[in-house]
Amino acid sequence: MISHDVIIVGGGLAGLRAAIDSSKYADTAIISRVHPLRSHTGAAQGGINAALANIEANRDDNWEKHTYDTIKGSDFLADQDAVEVMTKEGPERIIEMEHWGCPFSRTDDGKIAQRPFGGAGYPRTCYAADKTGHYLLVTAYEQVLKRKVKVYEEWFVTSLIADGDLIKGLVALDMLTGELEAFRAKAVVLATGGAGWIYAKSTNSMINTGSGMDLAYRVSVALKDMEFVQFHPTALYPTCILITEGARGEGGYLVNSQGERFMQRYAPKAMELAPRDIVSRSIQKEINEGRGINNAYVHLDVRHLGRQKILSRLPGIRDIAMEFAGIDPIDKLIPIQPAQHYTMGGVDCNSKCETKIKGLYAAGECACISVHGANRLGGNSLLDTVVFGKIAGEQAGQFAESSSWDGTDNIIQDALDAKRDHIQRLFRGSGDEDPSVLREEMRALMVEKAFMFRNGEQLKEALVRLKDLKIRLARLRQVAGSRIYNLDLIRTLELEEMLELSEVIVASALNREESRGSHVRLDFPKRDDARFLKHTLAYRTSDGPRIEFSEVKITRYQPEERKY
Amino acid sequence: MKSQAKTVRLSILRFDPKTDSEPHYDIFEVPTKPGMRVLDALFYILENYDRSLAFRYSCRSAVCGSDAMFINGRQRLACNTQISKLGKEITVGPLPHLPVIRDLVVDLHPFFHRMDMVKPYFEAREPFPEKEFIQAPKDREALDVAIDCIDCAACFSACPITWTDPAYPGPAAFVKGYRFIADTRDSDKASRANLLGCEDGVWRCHTIFNCADACPKSINPTYFIQYLKRKTTRLSAKL
Repeated sequence: MISHDVIIVGGGLAGLRAAIDSSKYADTAIISRVHPLRSHTGAAQGGINAALANIEANRDDNWEKHTYDTIKGSDFLADQDAVEVMTKEGPERIIEMEHWGCPFSRTDDGKIAQRPFGGAGYPRTCYAADKTGHYLLVTAYEQVLKRKVKVYEEWFVTSLIADGDLIKGLVALDMLTGELEAFRAKAVVLATGGAGWIYAKSTNSMINTGSGMDLAYRVSVALKDMEFVQFHPTALYPTCILITEGARGEGGYLVNSQGERFMQRYAPKAMELAPRDIVSRSIQKEINEGRGINNAYVHLDVRHLGRQKILSRLPGIRDIAMEFAGIDPIDKLIPIQPAQHYTMGGVDCNSKCETKIKGLYAAGECACISVHGANRLGGNSLLDTVVFGKIAGEQAGQFAESSSWDGTDNIIQDALDAKRDHIQRLFRGSGDEDPSVLREEMRALMVEKAFMFRNGEQLKEALVRLKDLKIRLARLRQVAGSRIYNLDLIRTLELEEMLELSEVIVASALNREESRGSHVRLDFPKRDDARFLKHTLAYRTSDGPRIEFSEVKITRYQPEERKY
Repeated sequence: MKSQAKTVRLSILRFDPKTDSEPHYDIFEVPTKPGMRVLDALFYILENYDRSLAFRYSCRSAVCGSDAMFINGRQRLACNTQISKLGKEITVGPLPHLPVIRDLVVDLHPFFHRMDMVKPYFEAREPFPEKEFIQAPKDREALDVAIDCIDCAACFSACPITWTDPAYPGPAAFVKGYRFIADTRDSDKASRANLLGCEDGVWRCHTIFNCADACPKSINPTYFIQYLKRKTTRLSAKL
């Protein structure tokens, strides 16, 4: 058995940032399904928000304005005390990343450059060209290397071990050998990212299967607000690779088949820089009403920005457009469509990243504190990872420092044995169902029935079909091949997670009979604060999710109508 | 094998160290689609022909560096290499000169271990300023391209000096070294000059440019290595 005081699951920006602080207090290890540098943080492009007031156009900006914009963007579902933590600590966390070497783009006077992003009253998004996530990820990884934190690369965590309401450790599969191993820990931080791969149309990496959410759910921690799934307006057609909001922040237009800047009709003031939920719905409406191109996409036009600006501010998306769509945005229109992008919901925790299990913490996209509510503003997710990654690391490190090992290793051995049996069963499967067929059916179903426009009938149908997929999941044919780097096994384990989470998303969406932020019910088109100004909590039972609610913390901004 | 109007033939190197004494190639006929990439073909094979195939993937958009492989005789990323540009016969193997774990998955520890030789993290003098370090846009521009490295190890696999000298950090490590030496905010120039300019350092580069040919992000490590030869000499002269 391997022991560490603190084990951080996930090596993206939240996990790395947690490790930096946790390792100040306690022996810390990171365990990740991929090498940390392969994490999805690296795909983040546009930037990270903080009211630094570095340029003339944002001299009057401050953390309170950032708070208000975030809460309004969230359609008033975010917990306002938690948002304040994020916006107040934001500048310090970003300056710290700069001090660790992050190569931010610069203003003429040498400060961190900032650009406009959707739903923000000021240009507040600090950026490093259009590869901000990659540079932040590399910077944080360097600092983890410097601190000599142990990293278990390519280990797939299969289960958490909790004794009542206390965390004990976890079980993980070493992908390179195929062996299962038990890890004993005084504290565990979940930082595994989002669950985007549940949708057939997603900008996410293929590893974003919601692992940490499912791990927590299975030890009876609630998943909060899972019905809130962000659809990014500008995913490249047809691969769904992300084209940053920064393209619009720098002045890009959205145009339909008639060459019209259609955002005029939907958000006359903010235009292309309305929040993502509004822009995505507008694009989908244009396509649905016959003003798309080939009934599938609209165009993002950055040609008027000119060659120089595209090369200096948007080089990454130019490469992507050329490599994956064969077009150069300097003189061509970019075909784009909305696609799943971010999971606002996640592991239920408070603004100290604590879950209801002592010693178990969550941070970043897999967590739901909630700072994003019903719709996240662009540039707030990288911020979430560094602010709450640090808090989670600090909390976990201090908790581990002040607690001692107790002699309950039996429970760990039992958990290991149970998982061994489970994997043995997969290797001995005698059914005829193919997990990749089930997975693609699930992913298509989620786009068909639980995408941007939802209704009760379709959601009910989706629940029935998901139940059926779960039944078929119990009749898999046997896992093939060697124990070493067995993709069939890993992808089957991921399917088990994703099916569980799909059910939570759909059940939560069915239960919320209103439209708020990213969650639109055509049968309940209005926001209903009287009934639904509250968080959804989904608990795992043998018959599927049990839905409860919890209060939204409102400190100073009462809900109002959202206009842009 | 399914028959389709348009197909390509992929020969894929297979090796399982537990059961195989030596590697062999398996051949698969894969139907093509417009815009199809090598990674799509690998998934097609995994899901339709042989679910025991092993390869790495993550972002599928050429930013994570997971899927560098040896495709038709050169190092490339599977996710951004178009099938249509490779012809009808495609050969895919693991990155050469790295130990094979299974099939297309290589052990990257040698790559990351040698990266460690150049002190691969930023070091700035404390106390830090209250706000950010001030850096002129032109000074920041000096880091362009070098910071785009995705650690895919394509250059490492392509460099003959790396193959033969285990103390040679390799092209990606030098790009990393450059990134800190050239950064006006980094305060550790002298020790970096020693690490990069030592006997097994930049001077062993034979300017073969294999690394530049191999890089999927259009980085030219040879250029940065030549810069480091000049820079480390000047820095060492000052010591």
